[in-house]
Amino acid sequence: MFGLFKKATLLTTAAGCLALGATPSFAEIKIGSVLAVTGPASFLGDPEKKTLDMLVEAVNAKGGINGEPVTLIVYDSGADANKARTFATRLVEDDEVNVVIGGSATGSTMAMIPVFAENDIPFISLAGAVEIIDPVNSWVFKTPHTDRMACEKIFADLKARGLTKVGLISGTGGFGKSMRAQCLDVAPAKGIEVVADETYGPKDADMTPQLTNIKNTDGLQAVVNPGFGQGPAIVTRNYRQLGIEVPLYQSHGVASKGFIDLAGEAANGVRLPATALLVADQLAESDPQREVVTSYKAAYEEKYGEPVSTFGGYAYDAFMLMKAALETAGSTDGEAVRAAIEGTKGYLGVTGAFNMSADDHLGLDSSAFRMLEIKDGAWTIVE
Amino acid sequence: MLESFLQFTFSGLTVGAVYALVALGFTIIYNASDVVNFAQGEFVMIGGMSTVFLRQDGLPLAAAAALAIVLTTVIGILLDKLAIARAKRASVLSLVIITIGASIFLRGAAQLVFDKQLHRLPAFAGEDPLTLMGATILPQSLLVLAGAAAIFVGLWLFFNRSRTGKAVLATANNRLAARLVGVDTAFIMALSFGLSAAIGATAGVLITPLTLTSYDVGLMLALKGFAAAMLGGLGNPFGALVGGLAIGLIEAFGAGYVSSEYKDASAFLVILLILFLMPRGLFGKKTVERV
Amino acid sequence: MDRFLPSPTARILLALLAILALAPLVFPSTFYYRIFTLISINAIVVIGLVILLGYAGQISLGHAGFVGLGAYANAIGPTHLGLPPLLALVLGAALSAALAWLVGRPILKLRGLYLAVVTLGFGILVQMVLVNESWLTGGPDGMAVEDLGLVSLVKALGLKMKTAQVWYVFSGLMLLLAAWVALNLRDSPTGRALRSLHDSEVAARTVGINVARYKLIAFVLSAVFASVGGSLLALFNRFVTPDVAGFIHSVELVTMSVLGGAASVLGGIAGAALLTTLPQALTVFHDFETVILGLIMMGVAIFMPDGLLPNLANRAKRTRRTNR
Repeated sequence: MFGLFKKATLLTTAAGCLALGATPSFAEIKIGSVLAVTGPASFLGDPEKKTLDMLVEAVNAKGGINGEPVTLIVYDSGADANKARTFATRLVEDDEVNVVIGGSATGSTMAMIPVFAENDIPFISLAGAVEIIDPVNSWVFKTPHTDRMACEKIFADLKARGLTKVGLISGTGGFGKSMRAQCLDVAPAKGIEVVADETYGPKDADMTPQLTNIKNTDGLQAVVNPGFGQGPAIVTRNYRQLGIEVPLYQSHGVASKGFIDLAGEAANGVRLPATALLVADQLAESDPQREVVTSYKAAYEEKYGEPVSTFGGYAYDAFMLMKAALETAGSTDGEAVRAAIEGTKGYLGVTGAFNMSADDHLGLDSSAFRMLEIKDGAWTIVE
Repeated sequence: MLESFLQFTFSGLTVGAVYALVALGFTIIYNASDVVNFAQGEFVMIGGMSTVFLRQDGLPLAAAAALAIVLTTVIGILLDKLAIARAKRASVLSLVIITIGASIFLRGAAQLVFDKQLHRLPAFAGEDPLTLMGATILPQSLLVLAGAAAIFVGLWLFFNRSRTGKAVLATANNRLAARLVGVDTAFIMALSFGLSAAIGATAGVLITPLTLTSYDVGLMLALKGFAAAMLGGLGNPFGALVGGLAIGLIEAFGAGYVSSEYKDASAFLVILLILFLMPRGLFGKKTVERV
Repeated sequence: MDRFLPSPTARILLALLAILALAPLVFPSTFYYRIFTLISINAIVVIGLVILLGYAGQISLGHAGFVGLGAYANAIGPTHLGLPPLLALVLGAALSAALAWLVGRPILKLRGLYLAVVTLGFGILVQMVLVNESWLTGGPDGMAVEDLGLVSLVKALGLKMKTAQVWYVFSGLMLLLAAWVALNLRDSPTGRALRSLHDSEVAARTVGINVARYKLIAFVLSAVFASVGGSLLALFNRFVTPDVAGFIHSVELVTMSVLGGAASVLGGIAGAALLTTLPQALTVFHDFETVILGLIMMGVAIFMPDGLLPNLANRAKRTRRTNR
């Protein structure tokens, strides 16, 4: 029943190729993708899918990659790792894709890795946790900063302000939990003492009890909130309700305009590490990222009529890395493409400058993170 | 110490009031039809989401809220007329599947009609917290509590003073007998679904400024509301009130005093304990099981 | 033709075997082996629910909790304790049985929806532990599962089969085993006692059947089936996340058993097949996927109250009669 649909698509694509007079040898490039387009992580998967759709359309309008048309096949995992695994198998065995981008969340990514690795398919993940690329699997890459880098960035900013005693309030979802562990791990080395450590569930409606405990902790100098989705917005609002005076830090997990809208007035004064994308119009003329960031932002916002988000930016970089690798390899041969991604040097993306190597399949350093502060409902760069 | 205690109490009561309203919705429909309506949480979602989107279309907040509640009520009645009432031969199990299917359908439809983003409404009475003995409460929380209280009092009057309300109670007690004395039980069913939907939507409108809303908030609310209804004794409106508030308070005190990681666990552990000790729930009907 | 076959049970098992043997002939790609393996594994869990729902008339909203216990037994046992995978599978099933007995004993003396709310709480607790105890379970991002060694075993036997095909055969055999157990149970004295409860508990009680005891047996058995299914899923996927124990998965399982026809083993398998393939088929509809899934669930429950399979069977009988 799926096969039938597939054949129909192939036929139309084939007809399209013939009509355009393209190679009749049928060498289209198939990019597979499994994203959390619906479900609890849809705020990740939705902009990621939209970005990929937009880029594939643009690339095909310019004649494709290596002269071949690009087909994008996206499946929605609903952030369920078991479904993601099944769709990964479908991409490999039924759709016979050449390369894969995706996995919005860490759990889905980890579940899919063996499928792609066993079938020699280059895979760029859009999920956060460091375990995806550490230890390095030769077929697996990722574009988002690791949660560990976010902790380091926040702690460095705290030190600069002379603050060392922090309270943590983390979501119990994959992102919050993983980042909490990384922050606890990296804190001693950065001279930070974690004096309070609370959590909340991903669907919780009120965090005042946890924040009351944090507020009553002796010597508290700042609070860090690893998490994404609605949790951080509610934490921020509860934080102001309780009148907690010390600085509040959010993570790159809420780096979108939506967070400011949801948290309202309470968002003012919140700091977080984020990519240049959020402050595209404030970047210095000389900033090397300025051009790529503003053009992606403009294209996305014009096409979809909604503010661009950091997460779509991860998909942008993944697609561009993959495109460059396919061009360098000059074919869809798995090993050649994989080696080309690994050899990426100096690609300047939306997220930062990527310099991959055999033992670094992320290739970003924390300089790509900008520390932002929300002032009067808008992002500003802290330097 | 007292300050923390009060703060936890405020949190527990606000969240608990919403659980109580969802539990009340379960109770009303269960009484009229023996159906456990797992789409109850979706009514809360539709209430909140439609208000947000009607307001975006330019309606003033009050009008948007009123229209959203009416819209949700219509959806509730349609759920009865198009699905539940048609499944005449269905077992209790099949009815549960129908309502779960309806909840999935409504969630999917909301994702199409609205969007997949989180949304919020402005607080109806300002964002500045009120302070009471060191603890703070938002005016919106007071509105949630007042709204829940008004609904419970209104329903009590409706069931005990009005003719229609008494007919509902009669149907709940014995459907066949009610039909024999001339009660239109099909109408009572539709009324119950409409009423439950309206209550859910009102809860959604009241809570959205505090807790935000999105197309998928219904499921968790349905679970907590169902648990609250069972805790209070399914079928008893007063039990729904107490059950809802109890779960809200247990969660808040659990998070505040015990462990925030296992606060949902504390709520369910209390439910298990109470059901082991008092199987009919706190205020369950003491009727003989009919066979 | 009927008289050449020994019993209805054997006939059902032979039909299943035939389907499993013939299906690969029409598979367009190896991906379909995976789908059918998932169907078999889901069907094993659903057969357990058929025993609980169909034979004993009780509903569980937390059966994914037992699936999660089985799955994580196979993740944690070999990784942290060095247990062989098959032993971990057995221990997981034993743990599930013990917990089902503990939870079920006081609650199954009562009638009505109590098992539903208690199992709901149980499932949520299991998932919560899996999410929170990261040191043991890997937390919300899940953990890898050690290999069962099936493929190397098959290779050692000198057979040339792909991983997907090996699992297809193995899960199919496990499904046949599960179906055989359930069908035999149905025709045993215990099964007859169970079905008499479903019809009328008071009547069963008056003829001297210990109602609570039999319901407890059904619940414990269904937990064992769920746990074994969970272990197989973990071994097949080589990766588990706490989603496997989640409420949504519980609902999917109940829906599978009710849609197919809650009182029949074949119906349960049909329900598992339907709900496992639907999301794959519905990917064509993109954003409309969820809406259509909901509509199908409602439609089947409204228009085919006995479940998909019994309804189609009746319809077939009726047309045959009119044609005659």
